[in-house]
Amino acid sequence: MSRPKKQLLASAASLLLTGPAMAAWDLNLPKGVTDLSQEAYRLHMLILGICVVIAVAVFGAMIYSLISFRKSQGATPDVDMTHSTKAEIVWTVIPIIILVVMAIPAARALIRIEDTRNSQLTIRVTGYQWKWHYDYLEKDVQFFSTLSRDSNVARQKDSGIDPNSVEHYLLSVDNPMVVPVNTKVRVLVTAGDVLHAWWVPALGIKKDAIPGFVNEMWFSAKEVGTFRGQCAELCGRDHGFMPIVVEVKSEADYQAWLQTKQKPAAGEAPAAAPAEAAPAAPVAAP
Amino acid sequence: MSAAHTDHAAHSHADGHDGHDHHGPVKGWRRWAFATNHKDIGSMYLIFSLTMFLTGGLLAMFIRLELFAPGVQFLDPGKFNSMTTMHALLMVFGAVMPAFVGLANWMIPLQVGAPDMALPRMNNFSFWILPFAFGLLLLTLLVPGGGPAGGWTLYPPLTLQTGDALPMAIFAVHLMGASSIMGSINVIVTIMNMRAPGMSLLKMPLFVWTWLITAYLLIAVMPVLAGAVTMLLTDHFFQTSFFSAAGGGDPVMFQHIFWFFGHPEVYIMILPAFGVVSEIIPTFSRKPLFGYDSMVYATASIAFLSFIVWAHHMFTTGMPLAGEMFFMLSTMLIAIPTGVKVFNWTATMWRGSISFEPPMLFALSFLFLFTIGGFSGLMLAIVPVDFQYHDTYFVVAHFHYVLVPGAIFGIMAGVYYWLPKWTGHMYDMTLAKIHFWASTILVNVLFFPQHFLGLAGMPRRIPDYSTQFADWNMVSSIGGFGFGLTQLLFVYIIWKAARTGAPATDKVWADAKPAGLEWTLPSPAPYHSFETPPVVK
Repeated sequence: MSRPKKQLLASAASLLLTGPAMAAWDLNLPKGVTDLSQEAYRLHMLILGICVVIAVAVFGAMIYSLISFRKSQGATPDVDMTHSTKAEIVWTVIPIIILVVMAIPAARALIRIEDTRNSQLTIRVTGYQWKWHYDYLEKDVQFFSTLSRDSNVARQKDSGIDPNSVEHYLLSVDNPMVVPVNTKVRVLVTAGDVLHAWWVPALGIKKDAIPGFVNEMWFSAKEVGTFRGQCAELCGRDHGFMPIVVEVKSEADYQAWLQTKQKPAAGEAPAAAPAEAAPAAPVAAP
Repeated sequence: MSAAHTDHAAHSHADGHDGHDHHGPVKGWRRWAFATNHKDIGSMYLIFSLTMFLTGGLLAMFIRLELFAPGVQFLDPGKFNSMTTMHALLMVFGAVMPAFVGLANWMIPLQVGAPDMALPRMNNFSFWILPFAFGLLLLTLLVPGGGPAGGWTLYPPLTLQTGDALPMAIFAVHLMGASSIMGSINVIVTIMNMRAPGMSLLKMPLFVWTWLITAYLLIAVMPVLAGAVTMLLTDHFFQTSFFSAAGGGDPVMFQHIFWFFGHPEVYIMILPAFGVVSEIIPTFSRKPLFGYDSMVYATASIAFLSFIVWAHHMFTTGMPLAGEMFFMLSTMLIAIPTGVKVFNWTATMWRGSISFEPPMLFALSFLFLFTIGGFSGLMLAIVPVDFQYHDTYFVVAHFHYVLVPGAIFGIMAGVYYWLPKWTGHMYDMTLAKIHFWASTILVNVLFFPQHFLGLAGMPRRIPDYSTQFADWNMVSSIGGFGFGLTQLLFVYIIWKAARTGAPATDKVWADAKPAGLEWTLPSPAPYHSFETPPVVK
C-alpha cells in the first residue's frame, strides 16, 4: 500500500475511534457498558416512552380543542359541562395504574443497584478540591488523579488555546483508575474537604463523596475500554475541572498495570539505602 | 370594614393632609413609604419583582455568555459560581415569590369582596423588608471573597468557605423569610375573616384557594429554612458542628433540613400560577372551570404530598434502600393530582368557545410547557435513572421548564389579565402578542436542548465543558440571549399601559366570560373598593 494511502487509512481509523467523543448533537442517554447502566437505559426509555404516549394523548386533546372549539370559527360554549365525577375517577385511576407499571421495574433495578455484596475488588475513592485519590485496598496501590496538563493549560481564562485542539478536553487525567473487565468492583467513596460526587455515565453509577462518611456502590464492566466522567456535586472553583477516567483492561493487562503501580513502593526502600541494598539485591533476586 | 373606616379617620389627622374624606392617596414619596393600601403595596411588590427578574436575568445572560463556547472566556470559575448562585437566589426569592405576593395583594381583597388586607401595616413592613434584603444580598458581590458561590442550595461544607458574604447572605435569607411569613399570615387572615357574605370557601375563585394553601405552606416551611441557615451561621462562627463529621455532625443533615423547606418551596412557587391559569382559561373558553371541587382537592393533595418527597433531591447521598424506595414512590404519586389539574384545564377548554388574547396565550403556553416539565420530573423520580440525571443539565432543564414557562408565564398571564383593571388602560395587544410568541419560541430554544446535554453527560454548575457539549450549548445560549432581550418588551408594554391606552371597561374582557368580583368594579379599580361588602349569591 502506498504511503499516502496508509496515512489516509490511519487518519480515517483515528476519526472513527474519536467518533464518540465528537458526537456533538447527542440526544439520548448512552447505553453504557455495565448491566446497571443498561438497565438504567431501559428504564429511561420505558418512562420516556410512556410519557410520550401520554403527551400525544393529552396534547392531542388540547390541540383539538384549540382548533375545533374556536370562537372565531363559531363554536358556542357548552356552559353546563362543569364537572364529572366519573371522569375524575377515570383520570385518577388510570395514571395510578401507569405509575404502578413504572414502579415495578424501577424498584427491581434499585434493589440490584444497591446490592454491593460479593465484590471482587474494592477501591476507595476520595474527593478533594480539586482532584481524586484512588486507593486499591489491600493491593497497596494508591495515587492521585488530576486533570491532565494540556487540558489544564487550555482551560485557563484567556489561554488562547482552542479546546477543540486538546484531546478529550477536560475529560483526561494523569493517572486513570484501572480495573479488570467482568469483575465486580466495589467503590467506596468519601471526601477530604467538601462534598464531591463520583460519576461515570458509561458505568451507570453516581454517589456523593461526603467528608467523614463512606458511601459504597459497585459496577462490573462488560467491555474493555476507557470511560470518562466528571465530579457531580458543586465543590468550589474547579468543580468542572476534576474529571474521572476509568480504564477497563483485560485481567492480564490489569495485573501488569497493578505490578507497575506496586513496584515503586517496593523499590523505594533499596533506593533509600543503596549501600546495603545493592549487594543484597543480587543475592535476594531469584 | 369598620376597622378600615376608623383607620381612615385616624389616617387623615395623622398625615397632615387636607382632612377631606376619600379624595385619593397621599402625594409624593410618603404614599409609597407609608403605604397601607393593598393596591399600592401590590404594585410595589410587582415592580420590585420585575426589577429582580431583570437583574437575575442579566446574571443568566452572563452564564449563557460563558457557556456559549468551550473554554473560559469571560468569567473566572469562582465568579461563574457566584453568578449561578445569585441568579437562582434572585429569581426564587426576588422575582417569583414577590410577584405572586403582588398578585395576591392586588387581587385577593378584590376577589373576596374585602376593602383591604386584614393587616395593612404589617403588609407595608412585609414589602419594605425586601429591597433592604436584596440590597444586602447584591452587595455581597462586592465584598472580599465575593458573593455566595456554593449554589442557591447553600450546602455545607462548601458554603462555609464563603468569605465575608456569608453572614450578609444568611441575614438576607432571614429577612426574606420573615417577609414571606408575615405576608402569608396576612393572606390567611384576610381570606378566613374578610370574605363577603355568601362567599363560602367552596365559592372562592381558585386563585384565592391556591393562595390560601400556599400561605399555609409558607408558614410551615420558611422557619425550617431559617433554622438551616442559622446552623450554617453557628457552624461558621460559633464552633458548632451540625454539619461537620469531625464534630459528630453530618453535612447531609443540612440537605434534609434544606429540602424539607425546599420541596414545599417549589410548590409555593407554582400553586399561585395554577390559580391564575384557573381564572384565565375559563374566561377565554367562555365556560366555567371544569371540576372546581376536584381542583381544590388536587391543590390540597399536592400541598400535603409536597411535605413527604424532599429526599428526591438527595438520591445520590447514600440513603438506605428503604428511604430511596419511599421517596421514589411518594414523588411519583405527586404526578396524580398534578395530572388531574391538567386534565381539568383541558376539559374546561373542551366544548368551549376559545379566543386567544394575550392572557390566554400565556396560559396555554403554561399548560403545554409546564406539562413537559412535569414529564421530566416524573423521569427524575425513577431512582435508578436519577443516578444518571442527578446534578446534570437534565435537572436544570426540568426545573427551568416548570419555573419559566411554568411560574413566570403564569405570572405574565396574570399581569396581562389584570393589568387593565389596575391601570384603567388596555395595553398594546400587538406588542403583547409579539412578546408572547418570541418568549414561547425562545424559551424552548433555550431550555429544550439542555435535556440533551444532561443525557449526554454534562454536569451542572460548570463554567466550561468538554467539546462534545458545544453545539447544544451554543443553541441554548442563543435562545437565552433572545429570550432575555424579549423581556424588555414586557417592561415597555407595562410602562406604556400605566401611562396611556384605550380606556378599559369594568369587565375589561367583556367579549369573554370573566367571573369574579373584580370585574364588577370600574377600571382602574378605585383606590378604596368594597368598603361596603358586596352580597354574593
